[in-house]
Amino acid sequence: MSEFRMPALGADMEDGTLVEWLRAPGDTIHRGDIIAVVETVKGAIEIECFENGILDKIVVSPGATVAVGDVLAQIKEEGRTDVVAPEPRTKPISESPDRAVSILSPSIAAPSLPIAAMSLPPRRISPAARKRAQQLGLDIETVQVGPGGVIGLAEVAAAQHLPQPSTAETPQPVKRGFQPDGMRRAIGAAMARSKREIPHYYVSSTLDLSLFTAWLEDANTKRSTQDRLLYAAPLIKAVAVALRSEPALNGVYVKDNYQPSKNVHVGVATALRGGGLIAPAIHDADTLTPDEAMARLRELIPRVRAGRIRGSEMTDPTITLSILGEGTADSLHPVIYPPQVAIIGCGAMRERPWVVDGAITVRRVMTVTVAGDHRVSDGRSAARFLNRLDKILQEPQQL
Amino acid sequence: MTEIRTISYREAIREALREALLSDPRVFLMGEDVGRYGGAFACSKGLIDEFGEERIRDTPLAESGFTGAGIGAALGGMRPIVEVMTVNFSLLCIDQIVNNAATLRHMSGGQFSVPLVIRMATGAGHQLAAQHSHSLENWYAHVPGLRVVAPATVADARGMLRKALDDPDPVIMFEHTALYNAVGDLPTTSDLTVDINHAKVRRGGRDASIITYGGSLPKALEAANKLSGEGISCEVIDLRSLRPLDMETVLASVARTHRAVIVDEGWRTGSLAAEISAQIAERALYDLDAPVERVCSAEVPIPYARHLELAALPSVDGIAAAVKKALRQ
Amino acid sequence: MTNDELKELVRKTLFDVAPDLEGEEIISDETFADQFDIDSMDFLNFVIGLHKATGVEIPEKDYAQVATLKTCVAYLESRMKP
Repeated sequence: MSEFRMPALGADMEDGTLVEWLRAPGDTIHRGDIIAVVETVKGAIEIECFENGILDKIVVSPGATVAVGDVLAQIKEEGRTDVVAPEPRTKPISESPDRAVSILSPSIAAPSLPIAAMSLPPRRISPAARKRAQQLGLDIETVQVGPGGVIGLAEVAAAQHLPQPSTAETPQPVKRGFQPDGMRRAIGAAMARSKREIPHYYVSSTLDLSLFTAWLEDANTKRSTQDRLLYAAPLIKAVAVALRSEPALNGVYVKDNYQPSKNVHVGVATALRGGGLIAPAIHDADTLTPDEAMARLRELIPRVRAGRIRGSEMTDPTITLSILGEGTADSLHPVIYPPQVAIIGCGAMRERPWVVDGAITVRRVMTVTVAGDHRVSDGRSAARFLNRLDKILQEPQQL
Repeated sequence: MTEIRTISYREAIREALREALLSDPRVFLMGEDVGRYGGAFACSKGLIDEFGEERIRDTPLAESGFTGAGIGAALGGMRPIVEVMTVNFSLLCIDQIVNNAATLRHMSGGQFSVPLVIRMATGAGHQLAAQHSHSLENWYAHVPGLRVVAPATVADARGMLRKALDDPDPVIMFEHTALYNAVGDLPTTSDLTVDINHAKVRRGGRDASIITYGGSLPKALEAANKLSGEGISCEVIDLRSLRPLDMETVLASVARTHRAVIVDEGWRTGSLAAEISAQIAERALYDLDAPVERVCSAEVPIPYARHLELAALPSVDGIAAAVKKALRQ
Repeated sequence: MTNDELKELVRKTLFDVAPDLEGEEIISDETFADQFDIDSMDFLNFVIGLHKATGVEIPEKDYAQVATLKTCVAYLESRMKP
């Protein structure tokens, strides 16, 4: 028997409210399954389970406030003999609940979401309907309710013939609306703390991305519209691969101790319309093809903008990448999100005069700035990283 | 070459009694008015003339006494059929049934068995008022050591008695008074005995399972008929055996239709319908598209006035409405 | 499809991509990006949505031509089968 405890999900987060259990006692659960939704000052967060087993007993009911480290449920193990520590997950950068984990992830909710979660009517789903939906691979939460506010077999049958949303099987948690002010305050607190505690240094390079953009344009003409790549996707991969050789930039710094990470989980800074910023992780970005990275982005960004983020996406980034985007500015000097030790900021792609083989020509360039934690690395690490990144981006077909 | 005979339920009981008396010298019938009067419900008419006073025994108005005597006779190697006029009067001999008949095998460590059949009329609908309108089948179905059956068709009325007599342990057979005049078909084969262990699907259907027994079966079938005119296809299950319950048949049906409506003339609270509902919830929850519906008697002593009595008992319309509720229509 | 219907379709596609914009007035000759903080991911989803709804494939080099409501409608109209 092991205990599923309330994980720490962000800086300054001492407690949250359990909103909903998405699985029930008796259910078989696997590592990575989303099993509960917790409301924090930063938004509604889907909590993933960190082990395989059978959900045995729910200790905390919806509506209860839980502090970080509190036991939420008990999980019976299915014949596993390895010890599962009461940590939220067993990856190298795990935080145990009693450590002060300062993850600066501002609140998630897009303030202008039309869905007022408080007034969502109760959705009653018959057991047979749930079972049928599961058999059909339908997301029961997307099925329209029928008479009496019930989703029964008839409703599932009707939904079967409708086009399904293209997102993965993400259960839709109960949404809560949040104030933009709250989010702004949270971001403010996090950034202030970062600047207070982390001695930042900055190194930047302007990279010639003409080859890269040419390759991308060509790649996209060969793809159908829905498979098109945004440059962010191969760029994320390139950054992740380059980071593999600079361990001083990819890891977490907790309690005066730096732990470099074996994996590269790139937090992608995502702006929320109307204000607000969040950087959910794309896991193992160095192992993805550009298409896979694009698929992850396509699933992640809309979901996060709609206010649904998973616990592991908030706690797992080992590095953050912030891309300003088209028509913005030349360069970005970003602020590191603790407990990470570096952040990479990209300005807009610009056409600039460039020297090639002693002559002036026009190239598409982008200024990439690395901010590093001077307790862990110095300018040379950042410079090496930028050089490596440059080399990778000159051979985009290898991505 | 089988030829269908059409007889009444009452006739079927009488035939079954006669056949038992003819084939097994250990069998005898005892109860109030079973002999000279021919039975309170005319089920033993003429039998005393054929079999004599020793085998068709009129008893005093003393349920506890004559039930006890029946238990004694069974212990002594006979195969008595004790007729308790109605389940209402069985309350006077319930101690004999529950504390002696049901327990002697257990308490004697298997040394004794009580191969007793008790027949009781049951149910309401004849304006016999509060004390004479009970449906207490569930009280007996509650007790380990007893078998309880409820023939609802002419064929079952004809065929269950022999099997009940063959059972080495006590069997209580409930005959709903509203069924005595019902007519039905019997094949003219030599062996008309029927299985007493299983429920039967009386009508196949897709949209809902109506689960019932005894006097409520005709109402359930009529409701199913009515609903089929509205495009709703109901499966009707006749439980036949109330202890033990054939839940396998019930659960298989619910797995197909996803909706269960239980019709039980007993009062709703603590009814047999409640037991079946609990078992469905325990064993078929994930097949259900709607909560289990129960159509039972209202929580009142059964009224005397006809319109009130009808209002208190399960009705065809009530059953149809419950099916529609389960279908959310 | 009439011009008005096409306009409505473009609006609907945009709102599908950015549901929080539902109900907003779209200025016909300002770019979506300027009016609404639409980024490249949103725009790509928008283009995909238009492709699904109209069958018109919009290559990357034509993105500038569909950047405002007015020009987008004109672009689609000229390429949609009558």
